[in-house]
Amino acid sequence: MKVELRIQRFNPEKDSKPHFENYAVECEPTDRVLDAILQVKGVLDGSLTLRKSCAHGICGSDGMQINGRNMLACKVLVKNLKQPIVIEPLKGFKIVKDLVVDMKSFFEKYRSVQPYLQNEDPVPEKERLQSPAERERFDDTTKCILCACCTTACPSFWSDPNYVGPAAIVQAHRFLFDSRDKAKEERLNVLDSREGVWRCRTIFNCSDACPREIDVTRAISEVKRNLLFKKL
Amino acid sequence: MIYRGKEGQWSWVLHRITGIGVLLFLLTHILDTMLVGWGPEIYNKVMSIYRHPFFKIGEVGLFAAVLYHALNGIRIILVDFWPRGTQYHRQMFYGEVILFFLAMIPVSFLMLSH
Ligand code: SF4
Ligand code: SF4
Ligand code: FES
Repeated sequence: MKVELRIQRFNPEKDSKPHFENYAVECEPTDRVLDAILQVKGVLDGSLTLRKSCAHGICGSDGMQINGRNMLACKVLVKNLKQPIVIEPLKGFKIVKDLVVDMKSFFEKYRSVQPYLQNEDPVPEKERLQSPAERERFDDTTKCILCACCTTACPSFWSDPNYVGPAAIVQAHRFLFDSRDKAKEERLNVLDSREGVWRCRTIFNCSDACPREIDVTRAISEVKRNLLFKKL
Repeated sequence: MIYRGKEGQWSWVLHRITGIGVLLFLLTHILDTMLVGWGPEIYNKVMSIYRHPFFKIGEVGLFAAVLYHALNGIRIILVDFWPRGTQYHRQMFYGEVILFFLAMIPVSFLMLSH
């Protein structure tokens, strides 16, 4: 089938602002948007710049705005989309080139919630045991691949780029609700600040955008409730 | 292109608009009540403006804004405090829309026929 694409282009060396270009490529209906973009790059215009790696929805590098919603280009089939397929970079970051955005601040926020297991207790002989129920408690948030589809779909983040954002909260949630972790206080301090969870207005764009189908707003609400009732 | 959010985004946009609308009404209301300080004549004169049909429709709009804001407020409280709230936020939004119209149809009829 013929697939029409309308891709936002920006070359910082030549352009003062982004503009759209139209392309048409031949695809199988079961091809993904990523395949179509790579055809444009391979056949029509080699200068088109994007990030991708695994092409299987695992690495989280090809998050972009497709027909007005954030998705992974490698996880959506061309046959399921209205044409021309409009492709833009994630909103709220500085554009480096075409579909590549500067995610430095995103990963700084990720690091700010200390996304690693902390436990100073003496190491047990075998392992730090956890019951299936305790493991289940944070199962949903272990699925995050840091694609930034959630954070860049969030109106609170667009209006306040310092908002820590749903992705970092999801990552904090993964450790906050882990019975083996002992660094709750430090993380909660970040999340209880001005730019923390209270910026969330329960708009649900994050949950709708998450390609891993994480109930992001729920994770945020759980952190909010725990801050409110100091249950942790 | 603006972001094509779903129910959550639009419920929030409406919440903002109705919130600002009600706030603006309260401010004008404070101002017009303050006019009493200048004596009954001025007050009554200004108040008579409100009898214009435009304000009648405005009153229905005000009621609609307060009603939506209140219903959606309840929905947000449920999202925040009921552990399953985030799973049912969409259904709650549609329930809210139904309640809104159920209340608005008789109320607009009553208000406009007076
Ligand atoms: S639910 Fe909260 S974090 Fe998610 S998009 Fe809405 S405001 Fe942003
Ligand atoms: S929570 Fe979902 S949308 Fe957000 S970064 Fe993780 S995988 Fe991506
Ligand atoms: S390329 Fe890895 S998630 Fe799409």
